[in-house]
Amino acid sequence: MSRHSTTHTPLPGVTTAQGPLNLGAWGAAIVRSRETTLFLVLLLLIGGTALARPQFINLQNLRDVLLNVSIISLLTAGMTVVILMRHIDLSVGSTVGVSAYTVGSLYVAFPHMPVLVALAAGVAIGLVAGGINALLVAVGRVPSLVATLSTLYIFRGADYAWVHGGQVNATSLPEAFSGLATGLIGGIPNLALIAGALLLGLSYYLKHYRAGREYYAIGSNPEAARLAGINVERRVITGFLISGAIAGFAGALWLARFGTVDASTAKGIELQVVAAAVVGSVAITGGVGTILGAALGALVLGVISIALVVLHVSPFWEQAIQGALIVVAIAADTLLARSVAKRMMRKRDHG
Amino acid sequence: MAKPDSTWLTRKAAIPLNWEVLLVIVLIAAMVVGRVLSPVFLSPSNLGNVLADLTEVSLMALPMTLIIVAAEIDLSVASVLGAASALMGTLWHLGLPMPWVMVLVVLGGACAGLLNGLVIVKLNLPSLAVTIGTLALFRGLAYVLLGDQAIADFPPAYTLFGMDNLGQTWIPLPFVIVIIGAVVFTLLLHATAFGRSLYAIGANPAAAAFSGIQVQKIKLQLFVLSGAMSALAGIVYTLRFTSARGDNGEGFELSVIAAVLFGGVSIFGGRGSMYGVLLSLLIVGVVKNGLILVDVSSETLTIVTGVLLLASVLMPNLAARWRAMRDRRALAKTA
Repeated sequence: MSRHSTTHTPLPGVTTAQGPLNLGAWGAAIVRSRETTLFLVLLLLIGGTALARPQFINLQNLRDVLLNVSIISLLTAGMTVVILMRHIDLSVGSTVGVSAYTVGSLYVAFPHMPVLVALAAGVAIGLVAGGINALLVAVGRVPSLVATLSTLYIFRGADYAWVHGGQVNATSLPEAFSGLATGLIGGIPNLALIAGALLLGLSYYLKHYRAGREYYAIGSNPEAARLAGINVERRVITGFLISGAIAGFAGALWLARFGTVDASTAKGIELQVVAAAVVGSVAITGGVGTILGAALGALVLGVISIALVVLHVSPFWEQAIQGALIVVAIAADTLLARSVAKRMMRKRDHG
Repeated sequence: MAKPDSTWLTRKAAIPLNWEVLLVIVLIAAMVVGRVLSPVFLSPSNLGNVLADLTEVSLMALPMTLIIVAAEIDLSVASVLGAASALMGTLWHLGLPMPWVMVLVVLGGACAGLLNGLVIVKLNLPSLAVTIGTLALFRGLAYVLLGDQAIADFPPAYTLFGMDNLGQTWIPLPFVIVIIGAVVFTLLLHATAFGRSLYAIGANPAAAAFSGIQVQKIKLQLFVLSGAMSALAGIVYTLRFTSARGDNGEGFELSVIAAVLFGGVSIFGGRGSMYGVLLSLLIVGVVKNGLILVDVSSETLTIVTGVLLLASVLMPNLAARWRAMRDRRALAKTA
């Protein structure tokens, strides 16, 4: 994932061939394994909270963290694909809301709908939403920030116009569907297993498929990617479709987890998702980031919010802490990446 | 998206139809439709409502125009509004006299803007990313200050200001601040060297720096200005609704950006005018008011904001494409 080396030195292996003597190599190693750093932060957070309040470490709390983080980490993974290409998808919260309510109303109308059909309906709605974003960005040439900000508004407004104060309750949902969230396999919530499987799949796609690598190429240098023969439009469309499909799927999962949905479901969640991605070292400037990092970012934020409850900190602090974390994470990431890039330039120039 | 030069190929299309003229036509059309839909639409008290509801968004749109012309963005404005409102309530409950409270709140807003500006300028980070972070941060601070409480016991002399009209006219008193602000910001953007330099920065920051413009200093000033104006908007909002709350003005940033972009300011910087933005603000106000009069819920109204935002970027893009296609065809015909 050493983007800075590949843009300057086409030779493979150049970055790893340096001696272990200088500090630079050490710094670079840390940056290269940002996931390790995140993992350490996560352990420190859990350890610190457990020291202050030993009762923090119990199965119920851990399951709560997993359940809370599952949906956010899925959305963050979808967002990562988009951010890798220097785009952003702010409409995910609205898509989750529309999808959750639609699947809920489908259950009200057809109480015996199979679970798979419900999930497929969620994905289908997400694909439509993602398709609209994709068309606006790739064909209409609207900057993704403006396009998805608009669709955030339009999808949510449409949701309000349609729902009109209505609500779907858990009583309308069949046992099998709610079981997606409440059930356990081997002590782990089903929801977390589903999310984990999807994250693994997406991670493999990004790492080992040609298409997956192309997202990184586009984000590192869109012009170069185009000149290298990458069909940028096609990738952008696919990226927004992935993000949309995941948001639609997450909407169905949201319904299974919370049971009650209305027009304001998942409102504002896009901020948490962007926060998780940024904290997870996905560079907002494109080209850098992994699904593992994104998931760890979501976990860190999830653990913080539960830790605040356990430590009896007013929940009103949560958003301020999240915001501060975003700013610090962006600054730290950019500064590190920049110093690494500078060192590599120097190495190239002086041999 | 630049208009092609008026060569013999395109002379036929050289009608003086620019974005501002289009906006005037849209504004008149919107008012006609509003009058047809509802007989009270053009009544003085309703027109007063239109202006009053525009106050805060306008106060934030003025500096936002300068920022977007300089090819940056500030997504944190509505959160600064909320934090300012919460700070205002907190300071008032601490027993400070009202004039001091207001001065401190505006200073606080300027500090919030300074934080944005310093992180963006000194660390050379994208303003979009930084202000998404401070959007959460400042809103969070508002909740830290007030939680879910509301403070409403402001002195009547001040809350009356929020509801009164100017003399015997139908112009709401708070909107007078907008009028003064509009004049000042229009002059600032279109009649000073500072304003010209914003266009230079937005068009090409490197070239602007090489021509001696202090790009970093100017950007820092812009974000401080935006913070202070957002805090001012927070004060006005608090007085108009006699309520200091942490969630005041939530989501306003989108209306602000939508209004600026619909006013013809390019999201890529370097182009746009304050006249366009002022017209666009009026259109937004008229359209929203008209829809409220025919009983559309305020949540559904967000569709209008979204569509306006999209149209303002999509339409010029599609027009440019169509123009390019026509030029190509004309060229092919002559070849």
